[in-house]
Amino acid sequence: MISPRYHREIPQRYRLEAAKCDGCGKIHFPPRKVCRECGGESFTTTNLPSRGKVVTHTTIWIPPAPFEDQKPYVVAIVELENGVRLTCMVAEAPPDEVTIGTEVEIIFRKLQSGRDWEVLQYGYKARVVG
Amino acid sequence: MYGIVGYGSYVPRYRIKAESIANQWGADAEAYKRGLLLEEKTVPGPDEDTITISVTAARYALQRAGIDPREIGACYIGSESHPYAVKPSGTIVIDALGCGPECHVADFEFACKAGSEAMFVAYSHVKSGEMKYALGIGADTSQGAPGDALEYTASAGGTAYIMGADRVAAEILHTYSFCSDTPDFWRREGEFYPRHAGRFTGEPAYFHHVVNATKGILAKSGMEPKDFRFAVFHMPNGKFPLRAGKLTGFKPEQLEQGWVVNLMGNTYSGSSPTGLAACLDVAKPDDHILITSFGSGAASDSFIIRATDRLPEIQKLAPATRDQLADRRIHLDYGKYVAYRGKIRMNVT
Amino acid sequence: MRDVAVIGVGLTKFGDLWETPLRDLFAEATLACVKDADIDKKQIQSAYIGCMTSGLFVAQEHLASILCDYAGLNPIGATRVESACASGGAAFRAAYLEVASGASDFVLAGGVEKMNDGADATYCLATAADQEYEVYHGVTFPGLYAMIAHAHMHRYGTTAEQLAAVAVKNHRNGAKNPYAQFPMEISIDTVLKSVRVAEPLGLMDCSPVTDGAGAALLCPVEVAKDLGRPFVKIIGSGHATDSIALHDRADLAAIPVVGRAARRAYEQAGVGSKDIDFCEVHDCFTIAEIVCTEELGFFERGHGGPSAADGLTALDGQIPINTSGGLKSKGHPVGATGIAQIAEVFWQLTGQAGERQLKKSPRLGMAQNMGGSGGSSTVHILEVVS
Repeated sequence: MISPRYHREIPQRYRLEAAKCDGCGKIHFPPRKVCRECGGESFTTTNLPSRGKVVTHTTIWIPPAPFEDQKPYVVAIVELENGVRLTCMVAEAPPDEVTIGTEVEIIFRKLQSGRDWEVLQYGYKARVVG
Repeated sequence: MYGIVGYGSYVPRYRIKAESIANQWGADAEAYKRGLLLEEKTVPGPDEDTITISVTAARYALQRAGIDPREIGACYIGSESHPYAVKPSGTIVIDALGCGPECHVADFEFACKAGSEAMFVAYSHVKSGEMKYALGIGADTSQGAPGDALEYTASAGGTAYIMGADRVAAEILHTYSFCSDTPDFWRREGEFYPRHAGRFTGEPAYFHHVVNATKGILAKSGMEPKDFRFAVFHMPNGKFPLRAGKLTGFKPEQLEQGWVVNLMGNTYSGSSPTGLAACLDVAKPDDHILITSFGSGAASDSFIIRATDRLPEIQKLAPATRDQLADRRIHLDYGKYVAYRGKIRMNVT
Repeated sequence: MRDVAVIGVGLTKFGDLWETPLRDLFAEATLACVKDADIDKKQIQSAYIGCMTSGLFVAQEHLASILCDYAGLNPIGATRVESACASGGAAFRAAYLEVASGASDFVLAGGVEKMNDGADATYCLATAADQEYEVYHGVTFPGLYAMIAHAHMHRYGTTAEQLAAVAVKNHRNGAKNPYAQFPMEISIDTVLKSVRVAEPLGLMDCSPVTDGAGAALLCPVEVAKDLGRPFVKIIGSGHATDSIALHDRADLAAIPVVGRAARRAYEQAGVGSKDIDFCEVHDCFTIAEIVCTEELGFFERGHGGPSAADGLTALDGQIPINTSGGLKSKGHPVGATGIAQIAEVFWQLTGQAGERQLKKSPRLGMAQNMGGSGGSSTVHILEVVS
């Protein structure tokens, strides 16, 4: 039963809410208690931009169980316009379309349906632009 | 002045052609295409549903509205395919947009009319002075039973409208609803596919309500068909809305821009709202638009809308409906289509 | 701190060991190790046991108790050590520090993993990655290394054939290893045509799912000398962590945690990469071996691929890598791997590596163990003492 954890993560999964270190300005996604850069412990909430580019990628042919119905699918590390990186699926991308440097936008999709009786899980994916 | 402050449509990229469905069931593809006046329809991907469609459409609407989402006082989503039987789609949409927590949320249903009624209620809240802005969305990913006529038309998509009293881009001048108990199309609790009463869905259901609602709003407003640049009718297939337009005195040129069904299919609660958005994408200040929805069961909601000087300023701020309809389509074969639509019995894991 | 020696090692066969449960795997390895060290197991004072996730694989935690119980080591104190795939190496380091500190004289460093009792291995192994921000989005373990591979190929021109050369070389070595899970040679073609797992990696680029256990016995060098036979001295022990998520690393075509752990080991040992005669490298995937050989300083950045393809890392090459067959051919019972690497180094240094024995009497051997996609690493340098 994933409700508590899922609910806690909604600001990140739905709105890309991140934390900017008040000391050195480094942006952390997801937010954390200690800055990776300067060790600082004080942060301000900030939202990530929704445009970026692919810095590396792969096509998953043998997926974990929850993703069986979507194989093969592309997963990428996306570097957003403000330099923050995240990992996500690239929706609707035929395997050859995505390369290092491909421009993408972040979109809202269903990440996992779970079994018939479980909570639906929504969050971010990327999609090729242009 | 009250009306539409921002609007946005989302059109899924996946498509299936009418031929693919006809060939699967040994039907005459060309006859179906001629009879339905339909080429292809949209298909939701395995990671899409009414909620993801609503969020995307609403984000586009926010981009056009240019307002702080926290000022939206209500979010209503009308659909026939809400992902949960119990738990509203609206709560996920408001948290995705950042509208909450001071927001009234309710899910609506009324077959294909659920979108226009969400718009109606959102508009009414603003007109009554109850809140500054309100969001009404029509979105669906409805199913058609395999081999049934509805399989050719039942599609996916949605449109969102932010109603408000300032920054109005399209003023709502009149509303009118016409409703009676008419069992033309229904789905009982627990059933996977809907059922319909064949040809009874035509004249006594669709046309009776659509024509009467349209005539009713014209009478109420004192306007005539020639006063309008565009007219949009609910699109269960390609033919019905064209005939409804003719019956109510509109010319083909007036119906063309909003007639998205031949490439999109019937997006149920998203149908006429999406047709309206296609018109708003190109309307000029002072253009008048009439829209009449239809929901089986049955009823029609009509609106008369007038574009304001602000509309041209916001049209380009998000993707246009017909651009999405034409852009980057991914055609599926029948096997992929039924897999994505969950019609295949898989082993339980 | 005292100087520490390894005086014996033991391994079970690696493979699908349907008849052997977790507790017996560890007991077998312990008995083999004690026999090899030629001591009475009652002399063992403490144990560290590396195991990634017996909880998820076989629903068993509290390994300190159950494993010592079934290996006949009660009532000593023991600690289960976890660092994903680096659990064995981390257990070895902990054992080393307990002896070095003077707290104990005989400490067992063990490692074990029972992966074939029906749990979803992909799911269990993915817990080594960032559950919320990597795995949740459909990335698998091979997927993470595949992304490292693409970055490495894009930056340095590394090719799929070079990746395949690593697997071929490791199988050639593993074919000579009686403990190996897959002791057979394969061809480049087999690797390139193997079932796609995560582009550009195919099945033959990936280490297998394996049951197995290993154990090593540590004691002070002074005590080892009295035993009157060849032993091995730990001259360098390095340990480091890095961000768990691949996307938080500065360079996606590198695995910096390995370089960091290696530098600490080299510094302690007072040697450099050119002094190392051979190395057991953590080849969870072919690309991992290539990148790690660069991190360890054996080759310059970008040269790991061509070097593997040109035979520099073969048994008779300039710097033999994975004489045991590596994780690819020998198998990868996760928690045991770090100890199995130590075992191979021990055997090579003491002339007991059978058909795989390096001809040029090696003096310094290295073992590099790594967790996740590069979230943790241990590096140990061992020297033979005759």
